[in-house]
Amino acid sequence: MPGPYKETDLTERVEAFLSDLKRGGTGAGPLRGSAETARETTALLRKITAQARWGSAGDLMEIIRKEGRRMTAAQPSETTVGNMIRRVLKIIREEYARSRGSSEEADQESLHKLLTSGGLSEENFRQHFAPLKANVIEAINELLTELEGTTDNIAMQALEHIHSNEVIMTIGRSRTVEAFLKDAARKRKFHVIVAECAPFCQGHEMATNLSKAGIETTVITDAAIFAVMSRVNKVIIGTQTVLANGGLRAINGTHTLALAAKHHSTPLIVCAPMFKLSPQFPNEEDTFHKFVSPHEVLPFTEGNICKKTDLNHVPTFGKSFSDLDISSLSFFFFLNTSHFSLRISGEILSKVNVHCPVFDYVPPELITLFISNIGGHAPSYIYRLMSELYHPEDHEL
Amino acid sequence: MINNLFLSSSVACVTDGPGRKDEIERAKSEGKDLTKEEKQRLRKEKKQQKKSKEKKDDKASQENEKEKKPVTSAAPASQPPTKPTMQKAPSAVPATAPVSVPASEASGPADKPAKTKAELKAERRARQEAERASKQNKKGETGQQATTSKPKAPPSDLQPVVKRLPEHIQVDNPDVLKKLAKKLERQQIPLRLDYGYKVSLFSHLHQYSRKAPLTQQLSIPSTVIHPAIVRLGLQYSHGIVAGSNARSVALLHAFKQVIRDYTTPPNEELSRDLVNKLKPYISFLNQCRPLSASMGNAIKYIKKEISNIPSNCKEEEAKSKLLNDIESYINEKIILAGVAIAKCAIEKQKISDGDVILVYGCSSLVNHILCEAFEKSRKFRVIVVDSRPRLEGKEALRRLVQKGISCTYVLISAVSYILPEVSKVFLGAHALLANGYVMSRVGTSQIALVAKAFNVPVLVCCETYKFCDRVQTDSFVSNELDDPDDLIVTRKGTTPLEGWQNESSLGLLNLVYDVTPPDFVDLVITELGMIPCTSVPVVLRVKNVDQ
Repeated sequence: MPGPYKETDLTERVEAFLSDLKRGGTGAGPLRGSAETARETTALLRKITAQARWGSAGDLMEIIRKEGRRMTAAQPSETTVGNMIRRVLKIIREEYARSRGSSEEADQESLHKLLTSGGLSEENFRQHFAPLKANVIEAINELLTELEGTTDNIAMQALEHIHSNEVIMTIGRSRTVEAFLKDAARKRKFHVIVAECAPFCQGHEMATNLSKAGIETTVITDAAIFAVMSRVNKVIIGTQTVLANGGLRAINGTHTLALAAKHHSTPLIVCAPMFKLSPQFPNEEDTFHKFVSPHEVLPFTEGNICKKTDLNHVPTFGKSFSDLDISSLSFFFFLNTSHFSLRISGEILSKVNVHCPVFDYVPPELITLFISNIGGHAPSYIYRLMSELYHPEDHEL
Repeated sequence: MINNLFLSSSVACVTDGPGRKDEIERAKSEGKDLTKEEKQRLRKEKKQQKKSKEKKDDKASQENEKEKKPVTSAAPASQPPTKPTMQKAPSAVPATAPVSVPASEASGPADKPAKTKAELKAERRARQEAERASKQNKKGETGQQATTSKPKAPPSDLQPVVKRLPEHIQVDNPDVLKKLAKKLERQQIPLRLDYGYKVSLFSHLHQYSRKAPLTQQLSIPSTVIHPAIVRLGLQYSHGIVAGSNARSVALLHAFKQVIRDYTTPPNEELSRDLVNKLKPYISFLNQCRPLSASMGNAIKYIKKEISNIPSNCKEEEAKSKLLNDIESYINEKIILAGVAIAKCAIEKQKISDGDVILVYGCSSLVNHILCEAFEKSRKFRVIVVDSRPRLEGKEALRRLVQKGISCTYVLISAVSYILPEVSKVFLGAHALLANGYVMSRVGTSQIALVAKAFNVPVLVCCETYKFCDRVQTDSFVSNELDDPDDLIVTRKGTTPLEGWQNESSLGLLNLVYDVTPPDFVDLVITELGMIPCTSVPVVLRVKNVDQ
């Protein structure tokens, strides 16, 4: 029978997606970018709309909310999933309102209307409209096409922001920024400095991709960000999430970069498509940060990066020290232990706390401009965009 | 400059106005070089005038000495011939040679300064010979009078400093490179070649590869360079001895070995010959790894001590005196200074109970302070911040944990996560510059910046022997570039950067130092006390006057 078969197929898809989300959130960087996650989420929601059994808009919203809660619980740091769910919920509300014939969008703005029409909107979703399903699916298709074009839309604006002979700094790896810079490089010549962003060193991949496109690229370590910042004209970064107050949740090291840019009065430009805008505020201390295994920072076994040096030229250790007779001064000497592969043994590791946070919070005062697929905005405008994309009742799934 | 000219003309009591003015005009038209030479010559003349007033009886003997000695044609530009120079007598060919050289347009600009410099050198040598001869003629007390008259002169007049730019920040100038190559050839030291693509902003600095150590090109056994120095150079270039205190102490120990093995060749004086012997060693060490500010100060001290050895001193006495001097330098400036700084920091409550202290990398002084504080049973915990590619923080972590201090370890990109927990930041320094900037390991300025943003006090700990006269405002003009291949080594083993040499538009930058502006630093703890960053030139001046 088509019904149950469809349902099991649907639940299989959902389970597969959930397990993907759980696995994809390891510290080695997302297995796929946020854009793909957004696309998959939206496709999945379309499938749910098409195949699940629902009578009225309220039922559909309940189903989606339930699935949405499961998805966000699987990977809380992947906020695009929650964003897409909220978008779809807003689409459903809109389609419902259009079917009913009233326009609800204007209501939220007037405080008086908000107070007087408070409880009415709840029950309205029980009515059944036959074309609602088709309308919703069509609207979700539009959303999908919008998602596919975001990177290109952002990259098209590149020439407005980059002039020739500039020095641009970026950190880590962002597909959006990569496309942005490559698009500008077709017409202009400029120089890019990439901070490698330890411990995952995603900046290396970014630098190789950019240099293959013919852009003059330099890779620097995170420690040198402030040192070279005085020669940088612009800082262009990507982000994982744009928060409701205009702040960012970006890869760790971004806050330092933003502070250095502020100190030198260098503009900080964030390239972020609209699906990354999340209605969360950064005040949940415990849930804001995500940590990965400290093994990335301080490995459990051999505690050093062994350089492949030719050890034949290095004199034997014991002899040199006895000659110099500095046993009492040994505390001055920094002996680069990597050459002799001295281990940080377990007894030391057990007494040390090691942290490896993945994200950084960047306050909105440090950001100059957001470039998204619908144009450029100041950080103070973000709250407005949020009200266009999401309904306030959906902020809490 | 105009003042100097007028002064000298009045002192020399010359009324030959037009002649002098001609010189001035020519000097002005020729540009900087000649005016510098003019200035040097005039300054020398002033000094000579002063000396002549003090030792009138020796003047005659000096003149006799000069006229007797077979000097080059340009040499007698000292006292008696300066008068003919001023008078522009056409027969005084040698003295007018420096002035007539610019008049002859045929000579290229490169020859001009070389010629005048050689002439000036000859003049200086002649004068030194004369002074030494006069010293030998006189009794001891007049000798002392001459030496005491010298140090009084410098602090009283603020002379314009004619500095020569160090070679290691002029790599993009081919003339400087040629001169360096010639100098190294003369000293029989191999020249180290630069490696890899250099980022354009840093094309004026050297960039060496660790895989090609300098010693591969030396013959074994090396006749020119003492084996202790060869070993030291290798330890520097491979990073086995790193950190400014460690490098200075190792250098001084190696020099002690050199002095022990030194024997004065016949017909040579220890005070001059030993200094000349040390010069190729210093060039060699410089080629292995550029000298640090602390090493530079230590070398200046040793050279001064060596040249101050009286000529009648026996070799054994001289050697033991030098060894004692070096021992006391290490003891006072490094060890005792460290103890004093630790005492100062602990007693003045810079480390109190319940503190969370952040340190960056591995600074021997900061580690010492923390270990001392822990022994005096202060309760605190430490956060060690580390950065790629050197990962020196692991060494600091090891030392602190072995003492029993509870530590946390993060990388520098996580510093804005961990800073809200921190109550103080302790940083070490490689050098303190005369305009108050702190030169230290790359990343220090970043930590100071973020600490300032979170309102956490930043304390820099530095001994006074690391203070240097240089000024610098950014990390580009004078820095050190480490091996760029270090960035390729990651924990995972492979990285997309491995083929970076093949990509023409890809460059790797591995900086070693950066400068921290003084507004990020709240306090500098030295053995002289706790001073603000801006008091560094005061300390330098006090030290110079003492010496």
